[in-house]
Amino acid sequence: MKKDFKTYWTLFTSTFFLSAFTFGGGFVIVPLMKKKFVDELHWIEDREMLDLTAISRSSPGAIAVNASILIGYRIAGFFGALVSTLGTILPPLITLSVISVFYAKFRDDVVINALLKGMQAGVAAVIVDVVINLGNNIIKEKQAISILIMAGAFIATYFLNINVIYIILICGLIGVISTYKRNKPDRSANKE
Amino acid sequence: MIYLKLFWSFIQIGLFSIGGGYAALPLIQNQVVELNKWLSMEEFVDLITIAEMTPGPIAINASTFVGTRIAGIGGAIISTFGCVLPSLIIVLTLAYFYYRYNQLTIVQGILSGLRPAVVSLIASAGLGIAILTFRGNSTAAFNFSDINLIAVGLFTVSFIIMRKFKPNPIVVMIGSGIAGILVYLL
Repeated sequence: MKKDFKTYWTLFTSTFFLSAFTFGGGFVIVPLMKKKFVDELHWIEDREMLDLTAISRSSPGAIAVNASILIGYRIAGFFGALVSTLGTILPPLITLSVISVFYAKFRDDVVINALLKGMQAGVAAVIVDVVINLGNNIIKEKQAISILIMAGAFIATYFLNINVIYIILICGLIGVISTYKRNKPDRSANKE
Repeated sequence: MIYLKLFWSFIQIGLFSIGGGYAALPLIQNQVVELNKWLSMEEFVDLITIAEMTPGPIAINASTFVGTRIAGIGGAIISTFGCVLPSLIIVLTLAYFYYRYNQLTIVQGILSGLRPAVVSLIASAGLGIAILTFRGNSTAAFNFSDINLIAVGLFTVSFIIMRKFKPNPIVVMIGSGIAGILVYLL
């Protein structure tokens, strides 16, 4: 584990520039992080990066933030994690504060208004496309329980207006129970 | 105490948005639009549009946008900190167990239940956004003559392009934005 100033600085600048110039969220930035920290700096091994990616995808919060926490932690411990997190969140923090200050002003501009209205239709199309892709992946797995959860969660949130957090807690619990039930026969088989 | 309220709201958003990308969307809508009424549905859709166009995770963009508008730059910092705090704690804990025991059965179990649920939550948020886009007004009672045919047209074309050519979403959004300027203003 390296802990000198140069390591922290490289960690900060790397995460800062990756975050500042990467459009398209976690699924785009993580491969770029791999390129930087595995292929260029040789700080992390290939296989380990795969594990870190898996953890960052399965943890709460933004994937890009999670991945940078893990990378920082592996390279320079807890303070490394803090430095790389700061590097990752500063660019959107700066960009969005500037935009929000001007938002009220430019929202009333006729051209900006038309631009935003047009873009909203595009955003809606992108989200519907994402949902169809994600939903197809679930249906293809042909797991009855997953399809039931999907249907149940949609009814609960869209028609019954149940708080999102309860839906997440309950579905997580269902997932844990069904996974343990499924794994049980394997475990007793292993014992024999 | 507005800072505390912002902090607590964004802790919940950070803690419960699992699965990356759009998974934060329904939670942000729930906390920011429905529970605390910090943004109207129209402003929320603007926020999503802006977040899509700028680098950085949607949840971080939302924390900064809402924080700044409600309580200035201090609000932005507090909200963003709240948003990443659960990640810091949970990711570091998971990493610890991962390197120690090399297995995460319980996490895999939670995920197997959450993945299908998150699809539906995003679908519901997306439906809300689409309906708002088509009607242009979320508060008035539904009326067929209110439907914005231009928005429906832009949506349909964008959707077909997304399905057929799978381009970078930003290209589609910029395209439909420029088309919006042309159609609405000319």
